[in-house]
Amino acid sequence: MAEVYLNSKFVGYADDPREYVRKLRETRRAGALGQSVSVAYDPRADRVEVEAARGRAQRPLIVVKDGKPLLAERHIRQLEKNEISWSDLVKEGVVEYLDAAEEENATVAFFENEVAAETTHLEIMPLDILGYCTSLVPYGNFNQSTRLNAGSKNQKQALGLYAANYAVRMDMDVNVMHHAQKPIVETIMHDICNYDSHPAGQNVVIAIMSYKGYNMEDSIILNGGSIQRGFGRSTYYRPAIAEELRYSGGLMDEVCIPDKEVKGYKSEKDYRYLEEDGIISQEAKVKEGDVIIGKTSPPRFLSSMEDYNLATSTRRESSIGLKHGEEGIVDFVLITENEEGNKLVQVRLRDQRIPEIGDKFTSRHGQKGVAGLIVPQADMPFSASGIVPDIIFSPHGIPSRMTIAHLIEMLGGKVGSLSGRYINGTTFDAEPEEKLRKELQSLGFRENGVETMYNGQTGEEYQAKIYIGNMYYLKLKHMVANKIHSRARGPIQLLTRQPTEGRAKEGGLRLGEMEKDTFIAHGASLLLKERFDSDKTVVPVCEGCGIIAIKDDHKNRTYCPVCGDGVEVNFIEVSYAFKLMLDEFKSLGLYPKLELTSKY
Amino acid sequence: METIAKEYADKLPKKLIDEINEHLPKGASQAKIRKVFEAVQKEYESAKISPGECVGLIAAESIGEPGTQMTLNTFHFAGVAEMNVTVGLPRIIEILDGRKELKNSMMEIYLKKPYSEGKNLKELALQIKETTLSHIATEFTINIADLTIEVGLDKQKMKDLGITPAMVIASITKQVKGFNVKEKDGGISVKTKSKDESLNEAYKAKERLKDIHVKGILGIRQVLPLKRGDEYLIITAGSNLGDVLQLEQVDAHRTTTSDIYEIQNVLGIEAARQAIINEVAKVIDSQGLNVDIRHIMLVADGMTVSGEMRGITRYGVVSEKSSVLARASFETPIKHLINAALTGEVDRLTSVVENVMINQPVPIGTGLPGLVSKQKK
Repeated sequence: MAEVYLNSKFVGYADDPREYVRKLRETRRAGALGQSVSVAYDPRADRVEVEAARGRAQRPLIVVKDGKPLLAERHIRQLEKNEISWSDLVKEGVVEYLDAAEEENATVAFFENEVAAETTHLEIMPLDILGYCTSLVPYGNFNQSTRLNAGSKNQKQALGLYAANYAVRMDMDVNVMHHAQKPIVETIMHDICNYDSHPAGQNVVIAIMSYKGYNMEDSIILNGGSIQRGFGRSTYYRPAIAEELRYSGGLMDEVCIPDKEVKGYKSEKDYRYLEEDGIISQEAKVKEGDVIIGKTSPPRFLSSMEDYNLATSTRRESSIGLKHGEEGIVDFVLITENEEGNKLVQVRLRDQRIPEIGDKFTSRHGQKGVAGLIVPQADMPFSASGIVPDIIFSPHGIPSRMTIAHLIEMLGGKVGSLSGRYINGTTFDAEPEEKLRKELQSLGFRENGVETMYNGQTGEEYQAKIYIGNMYYLKLKHMVANKIHSRARGPIQLLTRQPTEGRAKEGGLRLGEMEKDTFIAHGASLLLKERFDSDKTVVPVCEGCGIIAIKDDHKNRTYCPVCGDGVEVNFIEVSYAFKLMLDEFKSLGLYPKLELTSKY
Repeated sequence: METIAKEYADKLPKKLIDEINEHLPKGASQAKIRKVFEAVQKEYESAKISPGECVGLIAAESIGEPGTQMTLNTFHFAGVAEMNVTVGLPRIIEILDGRKELKNSMMEIYLKKPYSEGKNLKELALQIKETTLSHIATEFTINIADLTIEVGLDKQKMKDLGITPAMVIASITKQVKGFNVKEKDGGISVKTKSKDESLNEAYKAKERLKDIHVKGILGIRQVLPLKRGDEYLIITAGSNLGDVLQLEQVDAHRTTTSDIYEIQNVLGIEAARQAIINEVAKVIDSQGLNVDIRHIMLVADGMTVSGEMRGITRYGVVSEKSSVLARASFETPIKHLINAALTGEVDRLTSVVENVMINQPVPIGTGLPGLVSKQKK
């Protein structure tokens, strides 16, 4: 007598739970029950769980009956001719979906030749334990699982042809790779998802060796010649959007070349690319500070008397310009209307990105790295047959990460490019490594993939044989051009008079608490003071009450708000933050009295 | 020799001079001895910390940085139920905060000679372990009719522990007053002496009975006899240093506890200081990290200078700081500011934090020396 639960609610007892479960499953396979109904028997708790609730993950498997998979040759032929579809197989009961609980009752064979008497299901394909992106990693079964995760994560950040109609789209912050290729070492997933219609990387020659220490700690060496030939070249698109907003009182923004009378007028030079309609001309090369869309807005407050008198001339400048450090070429201009019927102007800027030191690249095995040096082709190492690698990758990246598939892909890529074919690297179902080795040998190379290499600068032969091969490399969207930042002087915050924060605001680099401690630990007392000078101010202090006094520059007099005139006032240098803190003390009802003594 | 040693008496510590004496070969020439003293003094001077060196901050960094690498594991003794030890960062925090209630206190009880060789080890362990009535009882029942509490006793367990029913009765009468305790059918029956007792009170009394301490040392929850090297010792969960040291079998010189407060109460503040050093160093060593012992000593000194142990918290060491601004910059600023305002405290700006706040040179390192000028009369 086993308890039966439907959607975790008790509904009754089953005398023979195994038979009961079997019957239920039969009815489901026959189509009388929905495919999403899962039936599981837990012999330890002696209870049958029937689940039909939504939100459970299920996965398809081929049903095996009496040691034979129900999927027959007939089905495959019909599938090939498009006579039947997937849903027909499900209807017929050839394929069924199991949820996590029912999986516990199933004995699943990985391959067809592993089907035994007690087998209940057959995996459709071993690859389907992996997701979309992970299936794109060749020879994935030779990698550590964490590297597969990293590898699939990296692929999502790769630059490629993200949409065929990118030229007419107005996407924010996108990249398009110029000469994206289909990988030589591919998996079945590349075919299934039409990877050659949206590729995201390039096949390159890669050598595993060190080069003057510029590829240590996961950095890579790029061949300058390869870059000139177009390796890793991409275009970065960035839009600028302006809208003619409507305000109360019938006032609205206006896209135009701003008048010189407008409040906040920049300079004539900044507006030089604008056409008569106030929008920049196509193919204009713009740099930081240049205005892309000229726009003026009505004055903010109409209440004060001044504004009534000069109402027409006090419009504000609200143009869209390029921010600090940005540059590009105007690619596309679009004038349209938004949902409220306001005029909407979108301008797309384009910027060609040639690989430079600091750009991020990766293979498909979670072996990401940053370009550490670009070497002229003449100085790159070359092989006996005159092959010059596009990328030099450090050997120290391999042992601890155990990405064997990275090495096999290089071998496969080498064979593929030499014999002019694609190599199948599908996880669990790939061309075996031995076969690749043999083929490489028959092509006249060393069976293990290493070659004699020569120093590009001296021409001397390297003592070690270098492992060199072809593999698929991806350029990731993290490029230094978008991240580089430095500041010597710049904007400060209004409240604290300290430097602003963040690259977008041209901010300072914070010398934080722990950094401060290192200064103290070194006893560098005066250097520390200088570092924190960013908000130093001179404040007048009343000698009578010790509260900050007032200096009136107009009347050229100093006085204390408490003691009044005729009190001695001295000036001290403190950080503005301290002055703010004194103000906060006062707001707490505390009296912070400064007692001044002469330092000398 | 003697004359040179006298010359250096106020330049070198006595211990160093004695050490030189000890190691000098007999009949060394005066010139050589002088050379030795000169070299020793040079080394001694160079090992001194220069004035203005901020040792506290360096100690903080030296302990804090390895602290970031420590793991948060608690360590379990295999096979012993409920015996685990706080290690790693939580233990360090526990010590430095000067907590009174430890998460897992433990003792290492070393034994005197025949016992340290394994004599009567098990008996001794059982003698130390705290036994309450609930440990040896099979059941507690309340007889509703005459409101007596009947306690069934586990004969076997009592025999193992060497407890007789009479002992149990004695400890009950001693620890709770106002009850008639009798032996009854191998168990014990407890009845209140007062006339008008309700069932509710009987129930409360029953709960109280469960915690009656029958045997062993209060607070020792678990014992684990252990062989370390050639010697047997007892490790306990729970701690009671004072009572354990009373036992004649115990080697009082080496027996310790992880509860530093107990050490302070039993052995005094100097012992507590050493215990802090030992315990912190033990944790750091066990994590495979390397911190110079002098940093730990400085922290331990700071915690114990006042003659009473203080944790490095806003209630402990930090509350002792003389500067209002320095206290306010560490947790609960408003409390410190308001109290300072009430008493009209003056901040002399003599330490680091305050001077960083107002952007003045901090009086440390290069900020410390000032010019002293002779005043004209």
